[in-house]
Amino acid sequence: MSVPFKSILFEKPEDHPLHDPMDSETPDFVTDLNLDQIIGALTANREEYHLEPYFYTHLTDIRTITYRQEVMQDLEAQNLSVTIGLFSHKMRTMRHYLDQEHKGYYKHQTERWFLDAIETYCTAVVDLVQKLARADLKSRGLIEFRDYLRNYRANPEFLSLWEEAQQLKADLAAVQYSLLIKGHRIQVQRYGGEVDYSAVVQDTFSKFKVGTTKDYRVQLARGVDMNHVEATILDLVAQLFSEVFTRLDNYCAAHRNYLDGPLALFDREIQFYMAYLEYMAIFKKAGLPFCYPSFANPGKEVHSYEGFDLALAHKLLAERASVVCNDFYLERQERIFVVSGPNQGGKTTFARAFGQLHYLASIGCPVPGREARVFAFDNLFTHFEREENRGDFRGKLQDDLVRIHEILTKSSSSSIIIMNEIFTSTTLQDAIFISEQVMAEILQQDMLGVCVTFIEELSSLSDAIVSMVSTVVPSNPAVRTYKIVRKSASGPSYALSIAEKHRLTYDWLKERIPS
Amino acid sequence: MNVLLMHPDRDFDLAQNLPWNAQNLVEDLDLNTLFNTMAQKDQWLFDVARTSVLSSLTDPNTIQYRQHILQDCLKNPSTIRNLYGIATESMQEERKIYFGIFNSPSSVLYRSVQVLELFVRMLKKLANIAREEAEKFESEGFAQFFAMLIKEFDDEYFASLNTRLNDLRFPNGMLISAELGDGNRGTHYILRRPHDVHAGWIHRLLAAKSLTYTYSISDRDESGDRALSALRDQGLNLVANAAAQSADHILGFFTLLRTELAFYLGCVNLHEQLTDRALTACFPLPSGPEQRCHHFNELYDLCLALRAEPAPVGNDMCAENKELIVITGANQGGKSTFLRSIGIAQLMMQCGMFVPAASFCANVCDHVLTHYSRREDTAMNSGKLDEELTRISEIVEHITPRSLLLLNESFAATNEREGSEIARQILSAFMDTHIKVFFVTHLYEFAQDFYNQGRDIVLFLRAQRQDGGERTYKILEGAPLQTSYGADLYHRIFAGTPLRPGVAEHGSDNAVPSGS
Repeated sequence: MSVPFKSILFEKPEDHPLHDPMDSETPDFVTDLNLDQIIGALTANREEYHLEPYFYTHLTDIRTITYRQEVMQDLEAQNLSVTIGLFSHKMRTMRHYLDQEHKGYYKHQTERWFLDAIETYCTAVVDLVQKLARADLKSRGLIEFRDYLRNYRANPEFLSLWEEAQQLKADLAAVQYSLLIKGHRIQVQRYGGEVDYSAVVQDTFSKFKVGTTKDYRVQLARGVDMNHVEATILDLVAQLFSEVFTRLDNYCAAHRNYLDGPLALFDREIQFYMAYLEYMAIFKKAGLPFCYPSFANPGKEVHSYEGFDLALAHKLLAERASVVCNDFYLERQERIFVVSGPNQGGKTTFARAFGQLHYLASIGCPVPGREARVFAFDNLFTHFEREENRGDFRGKLQDDLVRIHEILTKSSSSSIIIMNEIFTSTTLQDAIFISEQVMAEILQQDMLGVCVTFIEELSSLSDAIVSMVSTVVPSNPAVRTYKIVRKSASGPSYALSIAEKHRLTYDWLKERIPS
Repeated sequence: MNVLLMHPDRDFDLAQNLPWNAQNLVEDLDLNTLFNTMAQKDQWLFDVARTSVLSSLTDPNTIQYRQHILQDCLKNPSTIRNLYGIATESMQEERKIYFGIFNSPSSVLYRSVQVLELFVRMLKKLANIAREEAEKFESEGFAQFFAMLIKEFDDEYFASLNTRLNDLRFPNGMLISAELGDGNRGTHYILRRPHDVHAGWIHRLLAAKSLTYTYSISDRDESGDRALSALRDQGLNLVANAAAQSADHILGFFTLLRTELAFYLGCVNLHEQLTDRALTACFPLPSGPEQRCHHFNELYDLCLALRAEPAPVGNDMCAENKELIVITGANQGGKSTFLRSIGIAQLMMQCGMFVPAASFCANVCDHVLTHYSRREDTAMNSGKLDEELTRISEIVEHITPRSLLLLNESFAATNEREGSEIARQILSAFMDTHIKVFFVTHLYEFAQDFYNQGRDIVLFLRAQRQDGGERTYKILEGAPLQTSYGADLYHRIFAGTPLRPGVAEHGSDNAVPSGS
């Protein structure tokens, strides 16, 4: 007998207490980085699995992160999402049948729901075993799960559960009966092969038939539950076909506890991966790249090529707008990006993308971009402008300082910090002074991070700082490119003939008119 | 069952997509006057007239197929009106038979049987007309149509229809088969025709031996009663659907008949109006799309003739192998009317109608396209030119080498030099792609330039002006002139106002060499 399978998300689930956003407050960075939007999109339509704790629990050990990356890579490379999707669909159907069984009132009815639940469960298991057997798995997680499942399926107990269910279903499907209704009397008997009346009618008028017409079949709203006339007819049908119905009765009594525990947990946990793969597919379809990040630890030479803000990209794609990707890298002693430049130029987006990249990597998921190397952090801190206290400048500055102080007391050299337009509620001189102080402390702690600021002076404070600038179209400074480039911060920078515009010149027309 | 009066091989589709520029055509060519005359206040006739005139045929054979049918109709107007009347009555009576309040299979079936009974009566009338009138018709289209009616609707068929309709009232109860569906609930309810009671003894023996359980719903069990009628409805659903669809198919036949006859009835109406006004009409001779010909005598603007007395002036033209016809000349000299008569005649020919002329022959084209300067705004600004060119560009999106394009004072929204240059580029490209263009223009620089090139695929016409400024509204061959006689117009409108010093009249027939 093999070791019981534990979890597809954790090698050692006992080492990882889950953070459930339903039970405790989520950290600031969740909303600052729009991770709540991303996780919202990831968990939408999967409420029954309650995946939030998995997405809200960040991992700090690279071994577990890798465990997940392997599983995700297997699912992707072996194109297993269809396989898992089918399995999940069957498990959901099974739960639906159990609900029906629970709600049903007549014995011949509830027993049938229960039979259908078991039969669906069995085919879910059998299909999954068969499809996993063909997959060239590399991940520890899926290989162990496959071994476990193969043993389970080969067990004689499971085999008889499945075979009996199939036989019963086939026998019930073969039951055909007829009702002769005249006045208030119904005669129930076995069906005797009489012909379909609608075909007779169609045949009479066939010469008029042209194409298709409206469908006049009425959607007959049958009550959710069987009514007593139907139930009485079913009882009579059960008497006409008594052998099958007796077997059904015995089968249900014998298999009350058929569901396997580890398998049920797998059904939930695998949805973590499925949700992410499905979400990722939206972006890939639009040509946006994703990659499995490597880890720079213990070093901090992180980089990302063609990265983007997932939450923003999701919105832009829905609006059919284009998404701008950005690159960054840190070398040697470099630790902090100071981002300055024109407003509305994508600075905050850049900062969020940096934070999202690290967070998503930390839960073992692929990240936006063609290639990425990230840092496995112990804590992620964000300091974004708060809307409250508007007008009360002193209060706001104080609030800013309290928050940054709190961050700097909790942070370590393994932390990441993302600051967005802080200290805006004071004079420039004060802002420069405070910012320099705070930056010095951050550099002192050797943290990794991004600081979006209008204070260009910050970009040249230290050689640990890399200056990034939002850019505009040179010929038209009013147009933003949303490109953030690595360069030092410095100050900023229409008549084609109307016929040409309408493509109505001789040359254009020769091209446009088909010949 | 087909009607095939509009096309030899397919049904006429009233819901077809009209050409993208249908609205422009209607406005620029004043086609509503034509449609209204054809319709004589019958909305159905209007809709059919509109669709058929706007969706041109491009095959000369189909055009002649319709011309022959139309000739039959002009000879037998009362038969056409009778047939149209039967189709119309069938549709109107059908609409009066209401669906029940509750949408149930039994109400669907009940209504369908009533509708089918109505249609059977109407089909009998049609079959009778076919038997009595067929020999008066000569066209291929009508010969086939009447033969089809006579063949399909004999007495035997009507008898079988009546039997079937009677069976659908179920005098002996309903036999419904079923299977076990979700949760063992009965499903797949199908109404069955019981084995014939007169069937062989083996059948009866087997039937007698089968085990039967009987269940009666007590008189006071109201929910049981509802459950039972729900079961009946389950069983009737497919049969009711089949009956309702059959009724729809027959309705479809009457609708198609009414639609296709509507075109011809519209033409009959129009012809009667023309006869009343002593206006000429003839059946045109369409030639293939590859050819470039346009000959006619006494062509007049039909819509103008229908709206106004006296009858407009007819024009003659003989354009063989011409791809660009440039029309210049006096303001209010009949150029726009001439251009409109070209467009209307082309559309009428290409839907199989007679045309307003003594004789008419032209090649068919893929599209008739119009570009009329929006005259109400003559301000010279780039916004206007922009708007004009946007419309030209839209035309270019749809144009093919086999198109007919009518340009009415296009490119006039800028000064003459620029307008001429744009016109030169655009018209050169059109000529190189063999598009047939009629171009009414005041752009002298352009017209003179093209005239000097002397290309034989270009024909120059000019609105006639008699000495002294009288307009005859005749369009004749003639070289472009450097004035459009705006001064004439000025003098007429400002009759008696003395000219201010320094404003000299310039240009006259003698100012440039005449080309014809």
